[in-house]
Amino acid sequence: MQHESPSAAAMAVEPSEAEICGLLDELDDLCRSNLIGALQEIQGRYGYLPRPALAALGRRARVPLSRIWGIVTFYSQFYTEPRGRHTIRCCRGTACHVKGADRILDTIRSALGIQEGESTPDRTFHLETVACLGTCFLAPVMMVDSHYFGNLTPQKVEAVLRNFRDRDP
Amino acid sequence: MTPLRSPADLQQLRLRLAPDPDQPAIRVCATGCRALGALEVCEALEAELAHRGRGARARVLRVGCHGLCAGAVAVVVDPQGVFYQGVTAEDAPEIVAETLLGGRVVERLCYAEGEHPIPLLAELPFYRHQTRLVLRNCGRLDPTSLEQALALGAYGSAAHALCEMAPEQVIEEILASGLRGRGGAGFPTGRKWRFARAAAGDEKYVVCNADEGDPGAFMDRALLEGDPHLVIEGMLVGAYAIGAAKGFIYVRAEYPIAIEHAELALAQAREAGLLGEDILGSGFSFDIELRRGAGAFVCGEETALIASLEGRRGMPRPRPPFPAQSGLWGKPTTINNVETWANVPRIIEMGAPAYAQIGTETSKGTKVFALAGRVRNTGLVEVPMGATLRQIVYDIGGGIPGGRSFKAAQMGGPSGGCVPARYLDLPIDYDSLQQVGAIMGSGGLIVMDETTCMVDIARFFTQFVQDESCGKCVPCRIGTRRMLDLLTRFTRGEGDPADIERLARLGRMVASTSLCGLGQTAPNPVLSTLRYFRDEYEAHVSEGRCPAGSCQALLSYRVIAERCNGCGACLRACPVGAISGERKQPHAITQAVCIKCGACLQRCRFEAIAVE
Repeated sequence: MQHESPSAAAMAVEPSEAEICGLLDELDDLCRSNLIGALQEIQGRYGYLPRPALAALGRRARVPLSRIWGIVTFYSQFYTEPRGRHTIRCCRGTACHVKGADRILDTIRSALGIQEGESTPDRTFHLETVACLGTCFLAPVMMVDSHYFGNLTPQKVEAVLRNFRDRDP
Repeated sequence: MTPLRSPADLQQLRLRLAPDPDQPAIRVCATGCRALGALEVCEALEAELAHRGRGARARVLRVGCHGLCAGAVAVVVDPQGVFYQGVTAEDAPEIVAETLLGGRVVERLCYAEGEHPIPLLAELPFYRHQTRLVLRNCGRLDPTSLEQALALGAYGSAAHALCEMAPEQVIEEILASGLRGRGGAGFPTGRKWRFARAAAGDEKYVVCNADEGDPGAFMDRALLEGDPHLVIEGMLVGAYAIGAAKGFIYVRAEYPIAIEHAELALAQAREAGLLGEDILGSGFSFDIELRRGAGAFVCGEETALIASLEGRRGMPRPRPPFPAQSGLWGKPTTINNVETWANVPRIIEMGAPAYAQIGTETSKGTKVFALAGRVRNTGLVEVPMGATLRQIVYDIGGGIPGGRSFKAAQMGGPSGGCVPARYLDLPIDYDSLQQVGAIMGSGGLIVMDETTCMVDIARFFTQFVQDESCGKCVPCRIGTRRMLDLLTRFTRGEGDPADIERLARLGRMVASTSLCGLGQTAPNPVLSTLRYFRDEYEAHVSEGRCPAGSCQALLSYRVIAERCNGCGACLRACPVGAISGERKQPHAITQAVCIKCGACLQRCRFEAIAVE
């Protein structure tokens, strides 16, 4: 059974007000001209969007928090909770579907014991599915962080996941 | 680089940079092929060249997509133009020793037709039947090098347009070329530009729609990754024509290499004075900003894309007003797709009359298709409008592997439809595809054979649009949900025959009442499969049978006793213990326990598992 243990959730410490303020100072222009860009930068720093950062961004951009929350929840690449260090994006595009993407996804799910949208308890991996990675010629495909892995078989998937796990301390 | 101040500066620099055609070079696809180790191949080649020292001089170029993606990692050795496929780092010493130094061909790395290897890229059937206009330099140049792009003529069209043509002339030229939008709907580009030019106001924008979200389409990705300066040049010409001072490239966040290369190209163009103030002394100023999408398919729809650029939820709004009148921040805006922008410099270069020679009566120029699915040569294919499916799938694509037969091609992604085998010889253009119930769309072309279930494909696309529906209008939000429910029941062999007509009616309703292009075209995959493959729907619903043998819930697995030698592989593979049998005796599957996962079929080496 895979339960999210409280200790794992506590591992990701929310950044302090001062730290967030410092980051927003760096992003001052972006906060006013490109809200989505600012959110992408904040997420780039913390791996997710901490609540206090959203509130601070709203104050700085003079945009109500409700609107920011609306944006964050609309786009699939914004996360409001801390996640695993490596993001696995398993492709469910047409070509991958025709070439057995379901079996690839099943392999990842059972190897890691998680479903789409979940992270492993040790925060090594986070699993997502995407509609298409645009690499149909390599079907079936998955992406781990910004690396593509193509022509997958269940065995190959297991090897890739093992490699990522071994690479981490 | 010192900024270029005039077309003459550009011309001089080009002459200085002109490549020596006899210079040896090894061109490795370092974009799409990266997933299969292209960067390691580059390093191995460089190490081998360094190891051999002065005797082996050649440049290793990290180029964009060669097009024949089935041959990843794809490598071309110049000056001969030898094409190697499936190259790994271990092949590097042999390529250097044999081909580069010895002038001999490594046959085992060649594309082969039967037993017969075809070493030269120009002679491959895959390339011979193409007209590579937009993709001409994709795979020829290192996309991170402005110098290489300039050497091959980049920004020549922009210099000509900005310094020697009036904006109205540019628009006339694009109108005369007959160019239509390559992103889907096929609206005449010149007319779009004319509306934006005529619209009141000094502040105008151009936008490059690189939010390529259709499953099965990857030409925009390949263009931005492999020849970003071509896209920038197209936008520069368009901005000059409509009078825009600022442009945006909106790229999906799922395309990291495209983002990297486009950002780099923008910085290089700025440094060289090809973007910024007073470009090439023309008095025209223009700059481009790149924006990353945040993961929403609907943002490919132009009004939703504008909302996203403005920093809002990417939801579409009714048109009119069209973006040409009121677009980004309420200003006149021209939005074109990546491939459309990439056509613009070619039109200026060759002239509208020559461009309009290519194609059919109503659709001019070429179209890039992303060929994938059950076809031998998957990859990017550029053909003149009016080419037939048979030419694309058989002559270029090399046909269907495993001796199976062509059943249908899914064209245009979730907005498109399935074109059945009877239309293999139909000349493809915007209008002919519309007539048969598909659309050109962005150019995704997924080939399906008799093992692909059309009901399952319809369900797959409906699931996709259901997930991606933004929820603003009711027909799309709830209609696609109900369609998905019906289709899911069909794939399980449930539902009653009247449900098929109910599905068709619902589809027509969603198409006619949805707010934006996503909903209006969402039922196309369903309606087109109903039109051509209604018998498959009926088999599912009335007989509980999947003719393609694809819908798992309707299948049963059985051991063919005569072929089973009792090795036990399937027995060990079965996750639920449904297989029993003594060693060296034929095994059997207990149907009540079997979950139809297919693990036994995958594991059996004697083709002793039958699926019915």
